Amino acid sequence: MQRNHNHPTIVTIEKVIDETPTVRTLVFSDEIMSDVLPGQFAMVWIPGINELPMSVMISKDSGKAAFTVRKHGPASTGLFNIKKGEQIGIRGPYGNSFDLKEGRLLLVGGGTGLVPMMRLLTFVKPTDDVTVLIGAKTKDEVFFEKLANELLEKNPHKVIVSTDDGSYGEKGFVTDLVEKLVNETKFDGIYTCGPEVMMYKTVQSAHSRGLFVQASLERMMKCGVGICGSCCVGEDLVCRDGTVFDGEHLSKNKEFGYFHRNKAGILENY
Amino acid sequence: MEPSLETSIGQIHLKRPVMLASGILGISLDVFNRLYRSGAGAVVTKSLSTEPWEGYPNPTIFSVKGGGWINAVGLSNPGAPNFAKMIEPNKDVPIIVSLVGSIPGDFEMMVKQFENCKVTAYELNLSCPHVAKVGLEVGDDPELVKKIVTAVKNTTNVPVIAKVGLGTTHYLETVGTAIESGIDAITAINTVRAMAIDTETQRPILSNKFGGLSGTPIKPIALRCVYEISSKYDIPIIGCGGISTWEDAIEFFLAGASGIQLGSAIGDNWIQVFDEINDGIIQYMKRKEFSTIKEMVGLAKKS
Repeated sequence: MQRNHNHPTIVTIEKVIDETPTVRTLVFSDEIMSDVLPGQFAMVWIPGINELPMSVMISKDSGKAAFTVRKHGPASTGLFNIKKGEQIGIRGPYGNSFDLKEGRLLLVGGGTGLVPMMRLLTFVKPTDDVTVLIGAKTKDEVFFEKLANELLEKNPHKVIVSTDDGSYGEKGFVTDLVEKLVNETKFDGIYTCGPEVMMYKTVQSAHSRGLFVQASLERMMKCGVGICGSCCVGEDLVCRDGTVFDGEHLSKNKEFGYFHRNKAGILENY
Repeated sequence: MEPSLETSIGQIHLKRPVMLASGILGISLDVFNRLYRSGAGAVVTKSLSTEPWEGYPNPTIFSVKGGGWINAVGLSNPGAPNFAKMIEPNKDVPIIVSLVGSIPGDFEMMVKQFENCKVTAYELNLSCPHVAKVGLEVGDDPELVKKIVTAVKNTTNVPVIAKVGLGTTHYLETVGTAIESGIDAITAINTVRAMAIDTETQRPILSNKFGGLSGTPIKPIALRCVYEISSKYDIPIIGCGGISTWEDAIEFFLAGASGIQLGSAIGDNWIQVFDEINDGIIQYMKRKEFSTIKEMVGLAKKS
C-alpha cells in the first residue's frame, strides 16, 4: 500500500551525534524526509512518551534525514535520549517552505531554529553571497558553525556567531547584529528561524527597510494537519499556512512576537 | 431563479448549510471569521468545560491507512469563561457553542458565561467517546440527559442542540429523552470509539490508547442514524460524520438533515472544502430543480 503521510511510519535511528551537551542529531533512513524543503516539518512519535513537531535536518548521506533536538521538556528529552537502533514514528512532511531569492542572503538562526537554515543552505546558488548569523546564549550551546562553513564552501560567505554572554564570537544578541547588517547591506533575502522574539526583531529590522524577509514559526502542535487548531497565530495555522510566513504578512499579525497559546489554548505573553 | 443555500434547523437560521463541527480549529475568533469567509454557514466551538483543560499528551490524532482519522485530543479547551471573553467582540459569525460537563450545574454555569455574546445556539456534547465522566457517559444516562437538557432550557432562550453518538444506550433512546426534555435539534453523530496499534513498536498509537474514528469510514453509519432519527421523530437534525463532498451533503439532506457539519474533511482537503461543497449543492439543486434546501430534506423516505 502507498505510504499514508498522515499515519506514523516507523524508522530506526542509525546514528546519534552529540552537537552540544544538550543538543543531539538523530540520523535515520527515509527517502521522503531526505528530500523535504526548508521550512517543512514532521510529526515525530517517541513511542510511550509523546509526539513532537520537528524541522527535518539534512544528512550528508543520500536517502537519509535527521532531527536535531534540544532536551527541554519531557517530550524533547524523550527524543534526546533515543539511542542508536531504537525506533521512532514519523508522519509528514507538512508545511510550506522558504521562497529562495538570489544574490545577497542573510540567514538568522537561534538554537534548533538553525535546522531549517542548514537545509536552506543546501539550496543556495554558488553565486549567492551568504551571511549566516548563529545566536546562542553561551559558548557551550553553539553548534552547526562548522557545518554552515562546509555547506557554503563554494560561496562567498560569512558565518558569524554571537553569544549573549560573549563567551564565544561576538558578544550580544543576534538581533543587534541583524540591525547592524541591514543598515550596511541591501540584502535580497533574509530568512530566520529560532525563538519568536528573535524572529520578531529580525522581521521588524528587515521589513521596516523594505527588505524581503521570511520566518519559520513554531507553535504547540497536536495534529499537524489543520484540524486541532492548537497552532493558530491570529487567523493563520502554522501547520497548514506555514511554517514560513512573509514579513509583510507577519507585520499585520497581532499575535506574532507577543503571544503563544498554552495546551488549553489560552493566549500567554512571551 | 438561483437556488438558495439558506436553511432553518428549527429556530436556527443559517445562510449556508455546511458548518464546522465541534473540536476542529475552534480556539480563535480570527480563525472563526476566516472559516465564515471560506463558506462555513456556522462554526461550532470546541467543547468547552467549566475550567481550562489541557487534553491528552500527543499522539492525539493520526489518519487510518485505509481512510479516516482517529483522535483523542481529550477535549482540550480554554474553559467557558475565557472562551466567552474571547468571542464577546463577535458580530458576524454564527457561533454555536459546544458544551461538555458532568452535571446540570456545569452547563448552567457555562451558559451564563455567554450572556453578553452573540450565540446562535448551544450544542450539548453528549457523545465524546474518549473522556471519562463526560460525553458518552452522560449521553448513556437518560436521567442525566433529562436533567441537563431541562436545566439548559431553563437558563437560556437560545436554541439548544443535543449531539448524540454511538454509546451503550441506543442513541434513539437518548434522542427521545432529549426531545421530551425540550431539546430544539439533534446533531448526529459524534466519532465512534476506536483504536489502532503499531505493529513495529507493538503499542497503541494514541497516548490515550482509545480515540474516536471520524472521516469517510463512518459516513454510512452517520447517514443511517440520521435516517433512523428522522423516521422516528419530528425533530430538526444536523448530520455529522464523514462528510467530505457535495454528494455526501445531499445524501444527508435526503436522509432528513436540514444542516450538516464537517471536520475531518478539513484535514484531508483544507478549508476550501466549504465552498466546494456549497458550489456542488447549488449545481445539484439547479439540475434537479430545487430552489430551497428544505425541499430536499427527508426525500429519501418518500417510498
